Amino acid sequence: MKKEPIIAFKEFSFQYFSQSEPTLHDINLEIFSGEKIMIAGPSGSGKSTLGHCLNGLIPFSYKGEIKGSLRIKEEETREQDIFKLSKTIGTVLQDADGQFVGLTVGEDIAFSMENDKVLQPEMKKRVAKVAKMVDMDRWLTSSPYELSGGQKQRTELAGVMIDNVDVLLFDEPLANLDPATGKQAIEIIHDIHEESDKTIIIIEHRLEDVMHRHIDRIIVMDEGRIIADLSPHELISSDILKNTGIREPLYVTALKYSGIKIQPHIEPGHITTLKIDDSMKEAVAKWYRSVRIERVNESDIQVLSVNGVSFSYDKGKEVLHDVDFNIAEGEMLSLVGRNGAGKSTIAKLMCGFEKEDKGKILYMGEDIADKSIKERAERIGYVMQNPNQMLSQPMIFDEVALGLKLRKVPQDEIDARVKKALTICGLDPFIKWPVSALSYGQKKRVTIAAILALDPKIIILDEPTAGQDYKHYTEIMEFLRRINETGVTVLMITHDMHLMLEYAPRSVVITDGNIISDAPASVVLTSPEIIDAANLRETSLYTLAQMVGIEDETAFVQCFIDYERQVKHK
Amino acid sequence: MRTGIFTAQKADTPIHNLSGLTKLLCFLILTGAVMFSYDLRVILCVMVFSFIVLRVSKITFAQIKLMVIYVVIFLAVNAVLTFIFSPAYGTEIYGTRHVLVKLFGRYDITSETLFFILTKFMKYSSVIPLGMIFLLTTDPSELASSLNAVGVHYKIAFAFALTLRYFPDIQRDYRDISQAQQARGLEMSKKAKLWDRFKRALSIILPLILSTLDRIETITNAMDLRGFGKYKKRTWYSRRKLSKGDMFALSVSIVILLTTIAVSIFINHGRFYNPFI
Repeated sequence: MKKEPIIAFKEFSFQYFSQSEPTLHDINLEIFSGEKIMIAGPSGSGKSTLGHCLNGLIPFSYKGEIKGSLRIKEEETREQDIFKLSKTIGTVLQDADGQFVGLTVGEDIAFSMENDKVLQPEMKKRVAKVAKMVDMDRWLTSSPYELSGGQKQRTELAGVMIDNVDVLLFDEPLANLDPATGKQAIEIIHDIHEESDKTIIIIEHRLEDVMHRHIDRIIVMDEGRIIADLSPHELISSDILKNTGIREPLYVTALKYSGIKIQPHIEPGHITTLKIDDSMKEAVAKWYRSVRIERVNESDIQVLSVNGVSFSYDKGKEVLHDVDFNIAEGEMLSLVGRNGAGKSTIAKLMCGFEKEDKGKILYMGEDIADKSIKERAERIGYVMQNPNQMLSQPMIFDEVALGLKLRKVPQDEIDARVKKALTICGLDPFIKWPVSALSYGQKKRVTIAAILALDPKIIILDEPTAGQDYKHYTEIMEFLRRINETGVTVLMITHDMHLMLEYAPRSVVITDGNIISDAPASVVLTSPEIIDAANLRETSLYTLAQMVGIEDETAFVQCFIDYERQVKHK
Repeated sequence: MRTGIFTAQKADTPIHNLSGLTKLLCFLILTGAVMFSYDLRVILCVMVFSFIVLRVSKITFAQIKLMVIYVVIFLAVNAVLTFIFSPAYGTEIYGTRHVLVKLFGRYDITSETLFFILTKFMKYSSVIPLGMIFLLTTDPSELASSLNAVGVHYKIAFAFALTLRYFPDIQRDYRDISQAQQARGLEMSKKAKLWDRFKRALSIILPLILSTLDRIETITNAMDLRGFGKYKKRTWYSRRKLSKGDMFALSVSIVILLTTIAVSIFINHGRFYNPFI
């Protein structure tokens, strides 16, 4: 007898009432009990909508028209309700901060039991048990403000598992986590899968990170359709990733650069399963020797110097201790470190949002301690992570012109400078458009244009690529590179390792308010101590270098970076 | 991490350790007592009591400064308005008339009216510290569970608690947005014209509303997915069992209430204390 699937989509399509076209078309998919599935796809591919259909947010919270059938445990979902579905499918949403309902870990885990009218002694007992499973049992009375991103996510996971659901659905679990925490998250999901018979569904676009552990099948979505349903090895060996704009694992890219044909029999899905023979080793080594190493010429003009700066909020604990570093004119560099390390604080001091307790910040050799926020902004631009927090005008033109208007620049000069800034940002066709008509990535570019209009020498970007898929990541970063080429110095606060590798020749690493490293990304990402201190993870290129027998892993990573730059920007 | 006003602080004082329900009930009982009585002596006793409790709960003046300022302004306006609308109210109540200052028409300042206004002022001033204590020593989820316990529907109680819970986050968003807008060139000084200040406020509030709406959508989804609103009732994980301390606090409050009523009935023979006869 054939096993019945726990989830079965049949000629399923869905259209939001607010949209003119269906978001999902012709979905046919069966998922069996105990499977571990990844649903991958670029932004807007419909993967999150598919997740909403599973957990019942569609059609019970987001209204729309369903065609075809979706049966969960052999019952049509639209005939149930969201509460009943939530007993079968537990969802961990991507924003662990936003979904922390309780005021303490224990209370948050108990939330669903409270709604089920479970009595207090029973709740305490079950909370204690589930908290232990995700290693949060020592934190039951902590408030969300005392927790790291990973701990918050584990709390959410416990809050979902307490219902003893059959299916765990993770909606972009890696989106707000630093690399090390993301790795742990994947490990925890794996352990839960091993220890229970739960079905796991992970919606993500970060393929390599998810494949840190075993996955049974990967469903690839694009433009509302399922375009592939393959094992990791088959998927990596196909052209599908390239055509949908999902980033392939770095070690696979390196193998391809070495001229190796990727085929399922070498098991390329995970670096841990990869079978690498002598001829492949030879090919990689040969490629490694052939790459020309480029040296970047650094300007000796220091556009910004941070000299012995210390700082604490409200006379509390010091968050920066005697920090020293210089930024040369025309550089593109990253400032990395775990959450709360002091990265954003440095940026705030540079912009004058906060005032250093000790030390100096020099701009072009000149102390800017007495300059106001407004005056500094003409020299040092600051772009927030979330464009929605920066955009305050309904029209694009007005948004970009705002800073100039407030500085009483003559109208004809405003027109010219706005046009120039929008042209650099590739937004000149939209000059008369309302901001609301733009996509997230375009909005981000509008905020950058608004900063560029003030003509600063350096711009600081807070997490410019957070939550972006590969396509948008490339768009934003290529755009920043072009701006950098016009002579603007670019400082990026990030924990995106791809960004560090591909776009930031230099990385400054900060931990607990101290700078612990100031070196090329290839050095940072191959030093275990720095990786550990900054909550990064080692790149798979490092592992590949070891597998191939290349002794200088740092040089190998650098070789990859240089080669990639030569190929990409020829 | 900075915390703002209206944010409950964690601390280990006898007041913090009371259950939220007890604090809410005590607050309501004592408010009832003070609202019932117009005896300045009783009111002053309650006031002294509430300041002692304020002290015990280790609330600093800095925490309540803003609230105190608003309350004092409100009470002052209230006192002036009382006088303007019924300058002879005191005489009507106390039945005597001792004019202190003769103004025009019926606007004479009498000891009776002054005494009445003073009594009323003290009435409110003695309740407000109790309210602050309740808000500042009860964390939002206990607040919700205690509101629910006294009969408020849990959805309303929860909405109220969530608002308080997200207050610090929204304050942080506000600060971030305002800093970014200042960098754009927004002048935050108080010298700007009213219209400019209005526009300035708008350019911070618009992004703030949008980002808050995002927050609301996320939290609503999270709550839906975990069964919020499934039944007419729910239980509370953080609700504390009433302890001896709670019983003691409740008894004290009830004794105060009963004393107030007794004073009115047996001593004053009415709600007002009349020093003029």
